[in-house]
Amino acid sequence: MLKVDNLNVYYGGIHALKGISFEVEEGKIVTLIGANGAGKSTTLKTICSLVKAKEGKIIFKDQEITNLSTEQIVKRGLVLIPEGRKIFPNLTVQENLALGAFIREDKEKIAQDQEWVGELFPRLKERWWQKGGTLSGGEQQMLAVARGLMSRPQLLMLDEPSLGLAPLLVKEIFEIIQQIHREGITILLVEQNAFAALKLADYAYVLETGRLVLQGKGEELLQKEEVRKAYLGE
Amino acid sequence: MSLSIFFQNLINAISLGFLFALIAIGYTMVYGVLRLINFAHGDIFMMAAFFVFYTMTIFSLPWGIACLVAIVLTMLLGLSVERVAYRPLRNAPRISSLCSAIGVSFLLENFAVVVFGGRPKSFYCPEFFTKTFILGGVRVLGINFVTPLVSIVFLSLLSYLVYRTKNGLAMRAISKDFDTARLMGINIDRTISFTFMIGSGLAAVGAILWASRYPQIWPFMGVFPGWRAFTAAIIGGIGSIRGAMVGGFLVGFISIMLVAFLPELAGYKDAFIFIALILVLLFKPEGLFGEE
Ligand SMILES: Nc1ncnc2c1ncn2[C@@H]1O[C@H](COP(=O)(O)OP(=O)(O)O)[C@@H](O)[C@H]1O
Ligand SMILES: [Mg+2]
Repeated sequence: MLKVDNLNVYYGGIHALKGISFEVEEGKIVTLIGANGAGKSTTLKTICSLVKAKEGKIIFKDQEITNLSTEQIVKRGLVLIPEGRKIFPNLTVQENLALGAFIREDKEKIAQDQEWVGELFPRLKERWWQKGGTLSGGEQQMLAVARGLMSRPQLLMLDEPSLGLAPLLVKEIFEIIQQIHREGITILLVEQNAFAALKLADYAYVLETGRLVLQGKGEELLQKEEVRKAYLGE
Repeated sequence: MSLSIFFQNLINAISLGFLFALIAIGYTMVYGVLRLINFAHGDIFMMAAFFVFYTMTIFSLPWGIACLVAIVLTMLLGLSVERVAYRPLRNAPRISSLCSAIGVSFLLENFAVVVFGGRPKSFYCPEFFTKTFILGGVRVLGINFVTPLVSIVFLSLLSYLVYRTKNGLAMRAISKDFDTARLMGINIDRTISFTFMIGSGLAAVGAILWASRYPQIWPFMGVFPGWRAFTAAIIGGIGSIRGAMVGGFLVGFISIMLVAFLPELAGYKDAFIFIALILVLLFKPEGLFGEE
């Protein structure tokens, strides 16, 4: 579904991504793990064109999207839930969701989807008219996910959705990701919480200072000694 | 001071307050999305008055049509200023676009001097505007009925646009975070153009009402109203539309009431406006309705 080929990204003089290639198969949960500063967020941002690649190709649903604008990419069904939630604090929960549906015109379906995310996140439903900035960290993350779903993604990319959440909420977020996946949405999950991500994922890639150093089935990587040492703190 | 004179001044102050509000909104909206003080806004306001003047004299169009044409032309002018002078500098240090804004301001003023001439021209307005009506002993100029009415119509339209439409939602989103707004599929360039068009359109409405009230137009007519409206926007909390309205009223009231109640201090009108500004900023640095 998504194919990234020899991606090279620079920030001024910093070579942040040094020729990475990977694939996300339709219907799967794929995870990209790695330490802080490895280039995970850069990878996702480059895929949706917030950061421009110097070299490389990105193909989504058999079409090259490397030089498209973010707007066009989102319209094709490739949606990113950015790191740090980035909900709009000055807007209400309802308005944040409306922004998720910004690219859509099908009013009735949008209303149905609002009901759907309301069921998925009952805590948001109680806070429909509250400003995003007044929500707790966990609720903001729920809102960020709900907002992403309102775009009706075919491939949903999540950048560290568990960051800074209490353990109970982390569990809840991972359960929701699985639930979204069961609805038929392909997932590309970036995590520092390697254990949880590997347990969930069909396939995984390990990123280290701008290079992919390992890949394999989630379960397999969980068994590998180098992964256990570097990312699971054993 | 008799009660009727007081009411006369009150009506005047409300009228002027609306004018400042209309102009101040342009400053506040542009600042909201770009974090830029559009110093050319007062000159865009001036151009609007000349657009009416020349549409009437050159094309001999009736006043009402000329006003509509001028509003549209002013919106296009605002849009072009952003395209040419601000967009290329969007990723440059903020001081660059600030300099560019001051440059556009000088450019428009001097363009007007060269092309329109520096001598004031008289501005046509319907007879009703300059007629005096006496209501229960209070003398009211026609323009003082028209200004609040027209302003209320346009300010309501603005609220509708900003709070009830998708474009308005996009505007409020990009005022917080460009990248996340992009992830929603919002086209940043288009939304910024939209913002400039709305702000300039309101400035044009303000200019027509202003020139009907003080019926002389000239290339520097935008300078003082521009500064006062800018001050109003800061007092209200720059970036906040509600703040621009309240700030506009405050500046309008100081301008009129000071002259009325303390005529010997009338020459210090601007000083008092700035004292109000300093007082507000001392106690609430983000302005009355601003966000921290
Ligand atoms: N906007 C930026 N400007 C300069 N360097 C950046 C920027 N964003 C990220 N980097 C650098 O690029 C590298 C990868 O960062 P990032 O993709 O955020 O890593 P991760 O998400 O894996 O923690 C880091 O060395 C980081 O310092
Ligand atoms: Mg990151």
